[in-house]
Amino acid sequence: MSDFIFLYRNSPAAREAAMGTPEQRQKNMQRWMAWMRDLEGKGHLKSAGQPLDRSGKLVRGGSKAVTDGPFVEAKDVIGGYSIIEARDLAQAAELAKGCPALDGAEGSVEVRPVLALEM
Amino acid sequence: MPHEPVDLHEHLFRHEAGRMTASLTRLFGVQNFALVEDVVQDAFCRALEIWKLRGVPPNPSAWLMTTARNRALDVIRRERTARTFAPEVTRLLETEWTAAGVVAEAFSGDVVLAEQLRMMFSCCHPDLAEPAQIALILNILCGFGAPEIAAAFLTSRAAIEKRITRGKRVLAGSSTLFDLSNADFAARLSAVHRALYLLFNEGYHGASTQGAVRAELCEEAMRLTALLREHPVTRTPPTFALSALMALHAARLPARIDAAGELQSLWEQDRSAWNHTLIAEGQELLDRSAAGDELTPYHVEAAIAAIHATAPTLEATDWHGIVTLYDRLMDIAPSAVVALNRAIAIAQRDGPDQGIAAIERISDRERLGAYPFFPAALGELERRRGNVGEARTYFGRALRLARSDAERRYIERRIPSAE
Repeated sequence: MSDFIFLYRNSPAAREAAMGTPEQRQKNMQRWMAWMRDLEGKGHLKSAGQPLDRSGKLVRGGSKAVTDGPFVEAKDVIGGYSIIEARDLAQAAELAKGCPALDGAEGSVEVRPVLALEM
Repeated sequence: MPHEPVDLHEHLFRHEAGRMTASLTRLFGVQNFALVEDVVQDAFCRALEIWKLRGVPPNPSAWLMTTARNRALDVIRRERTARTFAPEVTRLLETEWTAAGVVAEAFSGDVVLAEQLRMMFSCCHPDLAEPAQIALILNILCGFGAPEIAAAFLTSRAAIEKRITRGKRVLAGSSTLFDLSNADFAARLSAVHRALYLLFNEGYHGASTQGAVRAELCEEAMRLTALLREHPVTRTPPTFALSALMALHAARLPARIDAAGELQSLWEQDRSAWNHTLIAEGQELLDRSAAGDELTPYHVEAAIAAIHATAPTLEATDWHGIVTLYDRLMDIAPSAVVALNRAIAIAQRDGPDQGIAAIERISDRERLGAYPFFPAALGELERRRGNVGEARTYFGRALRLARSDAERRYIERRIPSAE
């Protein structure tokens, strides 16, 4: 088994638009809970990870200029990450397909293998 | 463990939306209702972002209310020079010292209850027609979106949105939410009762063919009426009568639709499927409504429902008592539908001839022209008299008036075969 990081991406505008009515939000929440529980039950969830705030700073190389992150207007913002255990990248990608973040057309899950220390 | 199975209470988000909206409006004022809605939306956004990875907190309601409270304080700090907030608290929000206390108070239990009630009273503004009042209540206090209300009432989404927008304009036009010590309190309380009664009826008899949607409308009407019972000012005998009426009808809800999804009349319902806890609760509420000197239609309708709900069989029903109560109802709230129900009760007590005679005496029966259960009742009584031909004619008429497939099938099942 190898580790993979799931990066949950969405645009803030799309995320808010997709939330809809309180009942739809609650349904969305329940789909996330069910998906996480399913991953955990099948032994794929190494860590549920952390949610990230929409705000932030961007520090650029060279001048080390600090700007407010372009996060609010950006098309794609990382909203959080989880660490997943899977057989290979193909299986990890297959697992990501069940993520409720993909219910909206603009949501995406980036699946990245964590490089192991090979001796 | 972030993901141990903490299940969200059903409709938690909807109900919390109503509570947060009420508290935030107390602070920001009705004129800033759009800001209120933004903050509610933001609290849900945060909840979703955090809970989906960290799991649901042990007390999700408290978490949401705290988040809304903190956001409210942020907004007040940021905008207190640019905006005018609610007139009652504006001065207190000006300094950091007093603002935190006022904000905390707005989110405390008793105040949240009182503010929900003020909002309910404000939604029943006399400038708004009853359907608009109901749409507004469902939107603001019950957290229903326009698409959900439209689906429940089989109305277009655009029409519902128009009602809600106009309603919010009327709300924002008043300088503050309705004050429960207002001189018009009694009249407005009647309007609130009426709106909740109509909301319940929509769930009970309404157009939606989805049983779950209709049950939800009944539940919301009952939940809001229960809020009225919690506050000393709105805990009046008519409030108890309305609550009793809803409980006693809701008790029969599980039997109204049978396993095959067919509408069942009182005549055919499986009485063992009735909810006996609700029946007992309804009777207790009815007892508590018997105070004061005001007899409302809710009292009488609840008393009729209580007789039905406690009768062991259709035959053993106290039809005598029911006819007497319908006589009462004709005195205080006469209508053609009440008169028709009275005639049906007379037929049960005295036989079909007397029932038909009572129907013929209904003075404004042309008002029942589009009501399928009017010809259906006549058809049923003619069938009992043995006039199969007449019965078939009436049922045919009823069939043409049926408003849904469920009603159509209900009527079809009753048509006697021709000789």
